[in-house]
This record gives sequence, C-alpha cells and structure tokens, in this order.
Amino acid sequence: MRQSRGVEITVGLFMAIGLVALFFLAMQVSNLADLSDSEGYHITAHFDNIGGLKVKAPVTMAGVTVGRVTAIDYDKETYEAVVSMTISSHYDRIPEDSFAKIFTAGLLGEKYIGLDPGGSDLFLEEGGRISMTQSSLVLEEIIGQFLFSKAQEADSGG
Amino acid sequence: MTRQLARLGRAGIQSIERLGRGHLLLLNLLAGLADLALRPTLLIKQLYAVGVLSVAIVTVSGLFVGMVLSLQGYYILSRFGAEETLGVMVAASLVRELGPVVSALLFAGRAGSALTAEIGLMKATEQLAGLEMMAVNPVKRILTPRFFAGFLSMPLLAAMFSAIGVLGGYFVGVGLLGVDGGAYWSQMQANIDLHEDIFNGVIKSFVFGWVCTWIALFQGYDCLPTSEGVSRATTRTVVHSAFAVLGLDFVLTALMFGN
Amino acid sequence: MAKGRSVEKPLVRIRGLRFLRAGRAIFDGVDLDILRGGVTAIMGPSGTGKTTLLKLIAGQLRPNAGSIEFAGEDIHRLRSKELYRLRMRMGMLFQSGALLTDLSVFDNVAYPIREHTRLPESLIRRLVLLKLEAVGLRGARDLMPSELSGGMARRVALARAIALDPSMVMYDEPFTGQDPISMGILIQLVRRLNDASRLTSIVVSHDVKETAQIADYIYVISQGRVMEHGVPERLLDSDSAWVRQFMHGLPDGPVPFHYPAQSLEQDLFSGP
Repeated sequence: MRQSRGVEITVGLFMAIGLVALFFLAMQVSNLADLSDSEGYHITAHFDNIGGLKVKAPVTMAGVTVGRVTAIDYDKETYEAVVSMTISSHYDRIPEDSFAKIFTAGLLGEKYIGLDPGGSDLFLEEGGRISMTQSSLVLEEIIGQFLFSKAQEADSGG
Repeated sequence: MTRQLARLGRAGIQSIERLGRGHLLLLNLLAGLADLALRPTLLIKQLYAVGVLSVAIVTVSGLFVGMVLSLQGYYILSRFGAEETLGVMVAASLVRELGPVVSALLFAGRAGSALTAEIGLMKATEQLAGLEMMAVNPVKRILTPRFFAGFLSMPLLAAMFSAIGVLGGYFVGVGLLGVDGGAYWSQMQANIDLHEDIFNGVIKSFVFGWVCTWIALFQGYDCLPTSEGVSRATTRTVVHSAFAVLGLDFVLTALMFGN
Repeated sequence: MAKGRSVEKPLVRIRGLRFLRAGRAIFDGVDLDILRGGVTAIMGPSGTGKTTLLKLIAGQLRPNAGSIEFAGEDIHRLRSKELYRLRMRMGMLFQSGALLTDLSVFDNVAYPIREHTRLPESLIRRLVLLKLEAVGLRGARDLMPSELSGGMARRVALARAIALDPSMVMYDEPFTGQDPISMGILIQLVRRLNDASRLTSIVVSHDVKETAQIADYIYVISQGRVMEHGVPERLLDSDSAWVRQFMHGLPDGPVPFHYPAQSLEQDLFSGP
C-alpha cells in the first residue's frame, strides 16, 4: 500500500509539472496576456503602400499594443491598401484625427502600425476610419537615403 | 517475374491484414475506457511507468535542444543585427515542431519500446492467455490503461520539453551571449500565438501520443511469442513510430500552419 | 460411448472438429468426450496440437468446422460476454505457469477472486490461504514469481486456476521439465484435487508413464485424428502397433527413426 501511495504522489507531481509547463508556455511564451482579438471595435485606414504589413500585426499607441490588424484589402477605386484593425474596447479614447504610420521593428523586423493621437474631442468608434496615414518605408528608399547622405558626407569632407 | 509479383501481392495482403488487426485492437482499446474509469489505479500505475519514467530523458533533451537552438540562432541572427528576435526563434521552433516531434521520438524509444517488450513477453509467457482463461479481457485490463497513459502523458512531456527548452535558450542567449533579457521575452510574447502555435503544438503531441502508444501496444500484442519475435517487434515499434511521427508531423503542419 | 463407460452426459463433447493453421489441418474430424468427475488424458507426440485442443475447448481459438460443447453449450456460438462467464467455470494450468510477473504469489492467486467478486479483503485472504494450502505453498505467499522454481510456479498457477472453484481444470503439459520430486508432487496434486473438489480434469501430456498413473481414460491423438482411446491398461497392450510404440516409448516402429529422405547411398554419392 505504501508503495502505491508513492506512485500516486509521483504521478500527481508529474501531471502538475506538465500542467505548469503548459501554463508557462501559454502565459509567458505566448500572447495570451495580450488582448484577445474578438473583443473591441473595428476601424480602417487607407495607405498608399503597406510594405510588408501582415495580418495580426500589432497596432500600437505610444508603443503600447492597443489592437491588431485583422484584414488587408486593396481598394480598386483609389488604388490604395485598406487595412482593417480591431482595437481593444479598453482603449476607447483615440481621437478621430489620429495619424497612422507603418513602422518596422528593427531594421528587418516585422511591420506594425503606430497611431499618433490627434487633438480632436471626437473619438474613433466602431466602423471608424483614420484618414491621415503615412505609408511604410520601403527598404530601397532607406538605402537610397543612406547612399545620398553618404554622398553628401563625402562631398563636405572632400 | 510472376514470383516477384506474387511476393509483392502477398506482402500487400499481409500489410492490409495487419492494418485491420491494428484497427480492431484500437476499437477494443477504446471499448475498455468504461472499464478503466472504474479502476483509476490501473491508469495511475501506467502513468508512472509511461510518463514519469520518461520525464528525465525528455527534460534533459529539451534543455540541450533549447541551448543549441539559442546558440545557433544567435550566430545567424546577430549577422543581421536581429538578436532580439532570438526568443521568438527558439520558442517558435520548440513549441511548433521540436517539442512535439522530438519528445515523441524520445517517447517511442523510451516508453514505446518498453511497452512492446512488456506486452510481447506477457504474450510469450502466456500471461495474456492466462488472463483470458481467468475470464479477464487482457486488452481491457492490460492494454487500455497503457494506451490512455501514453495518450495523456505525451502532451505533458512535450510541454515540459518546450518549457525547459525556452529556459535553456534564455540561459544561453541572455546569460552567456548577452542578448537583452527583456527583448527575449517580449519579442517571444509578441510573436508566439496561443492558439496558432501553442494549441496546435499540443494537438500535435496528442496525436503523436495516440499513434506511438497504439503502435507500441499493437506490435507487442501482435508479435510472434518467441524471443526473436519480441525483439523484432521492439525494433519495429521504434522504426514505425519514427516514420509515423515524422510523416504525420508534415501532414499536421500543412493542415495547421499552411493556408 | 461403449467400452464400459457410463452413459452419463459428458461435460465436454467434441464432434467433427476440424482446425486449420496456415492451410495445414491440425485436427481433421476429432470426436472426443470428457466425462464429469474423471481425469481424462489427451496424449500424442509433440506437435500434434494438444495445446491447441485445450485452447479450442477454452474458446481462445475458433474451429474451422465441428462443434465443442461445454456443459451443453456450444462454445463457439456464444457471445464473448457469455464465453467469459463460461470460462469462470474452467481453470487452465499453462505450461509456463503464466503467473503475472509484477504481482506476488498471494496477489496472483487473489487476482481472479478480486476481478470477479466483491468479497471483503479479509475473506479473500482466507480463501487465498486455503488455496495455497491445498498446493502446499502457504508459506510462499510473499514471494514474487521470479523467485519460484518451475515446479512451485506451476503449483501457484494451479492454486490460481482453482481459485474460483471451477468445475473443470485443464492441464497443459503439467509434468514436462520437472525434477522427479516436483513431478511426483504434481501428479499427486492433480489426482487429489480432482477427487477432493469433484473436479473434472483434462491433462494434456506426452509423459506416458506419469499420465497413465492418474488418468481414468486416455485419448491418443496423432496426425489430426484420435488414434485410439480407452482406459490406460487397455492402451498399453493395444492391437495397434503405432499406439504400442507410443505408449512404450520404443525408438523404432511404425513411426520411423529416420525422417523421410532418399536412400543413404543416393544421398552420399550423388552430390557434386
């Protein structure tokens, strides 16, 4: 009997450690702690060029993730990209005239959307649209700028 | 020529027969679930033999795999100045692929072969027939607890493997190579999705646990009751399990992550 | 059956039994009766499928044709649940003992009782000790099967086989590979248990001398058929030369010493 009790305890320990490991993966490794996608309101923004922006990319304000990109479409009429986002209902005071930009995390990192708050008293609501946007910086442009500035440096140095 | 053809045909018929017996056994295994619910101590005993005894090999391997991933990842990522994404790389490889797959392969080698040998020897020493003569169904009493123990242990073992691996990666990446600790975790959390990555990994390991234990039990139950038969069955368990795990991993990955 | 046997209905009745393995007939038209209360021996050379016959009686194998009745019920017509119920009335002693290696002697004997009854542990203890006493191993109750000699393991298995007080016990080669002392013990046990608990026993064996000592009736099986049957004395001076050769263990006779082959001269001088 004592022996089987020892087995029971070790098995209990085994299951507990296994569940803790799963819990650790869910809480510490994944984005469970972040907002869930389903709750919140939906807004859209039009961009000239979204670069490498992907569905599920974060939407941030002052560096804080407030939502995620849920869909990316192409508007045939205006030749623009239409990005749909879900913003957590927790963040319901985003001014209507906020400015949306596409940033890159690190040099080659993932694209994400950053919102700069405007000054309006009206806030974005379900189905709202951000009209002021700045497109993604395309790598070629950055390289172009870099070469240009280098050339200038060389000019002034020489 | 015709002889080759006949041999091929015979091999085909035999494989189909074996497949049929395997599925019949699976049905009987599942039919024993009700019985098992009445005797939870049987399951606990087998969770010990199948699960607890595999913890050491799984966690130690997980630690080293995580450490190696971190080391290799660092050298490649640092060339692009993207060391911060080390955490993502380590965690994604572990949670999506290496955790379920490597722990299933280890499980097949450690627990699967032991199950085959045990059942095969019980068959060879007439213990299974003896149970039948005592009006006890050996599939329900002996095999079913082992089957569900394997099925339940596998995801827990895979989770331990991944969790330890992530910690091992942290130890090497942050502790030894000087990656920023905050970036390791935050990048990981921002990019690993609970549903897409972790749940899918758990589903994979459930499937692998199911298949590996099934193969192990079937090989033991179906083996020739001689010492040579048992040893062959044990080898077959490991080989078939490895093929099944890697093949199924491809199929599951295609279904889950590709769209 | 004639030949001076009682007209009581047999416990096991086999008619026209036919069983194939890998296309080869192991049994081809076997008729056999096992009478209640007696020790019936089934004998034959190695490889004649005597163990297979026991498995057929127990319903572990299915015949290709013919019927096997146990206490009036056709075993192979039963659903598996009824078959299991019927098996509780049979005990089988396997050649190897077939003890569960992870349980002690006591737990092995208690196993069928615990499986099929809800008796309190104190009563189970008493039952198990009585069964172990019957085979003389009450003192060995705490040993593990790996610590037992072959003969002791068989006695423990016997105690387990009679744990549920079956009406019939089948012995698969009980005397093979035993030293003279444990052989003597086993022979005595088979007979004593049979008479003390009103059992019916089937002993499968090729140990002629030992089996003839205790059997009430003997069937000799070879090449898939019953060659001869009768009381031991009658078989020992049977008219059939084959049966005489088998019963007396003569090296040559109708069963040739040589495996069939071409003549020795041909074989020796025709090679390359």
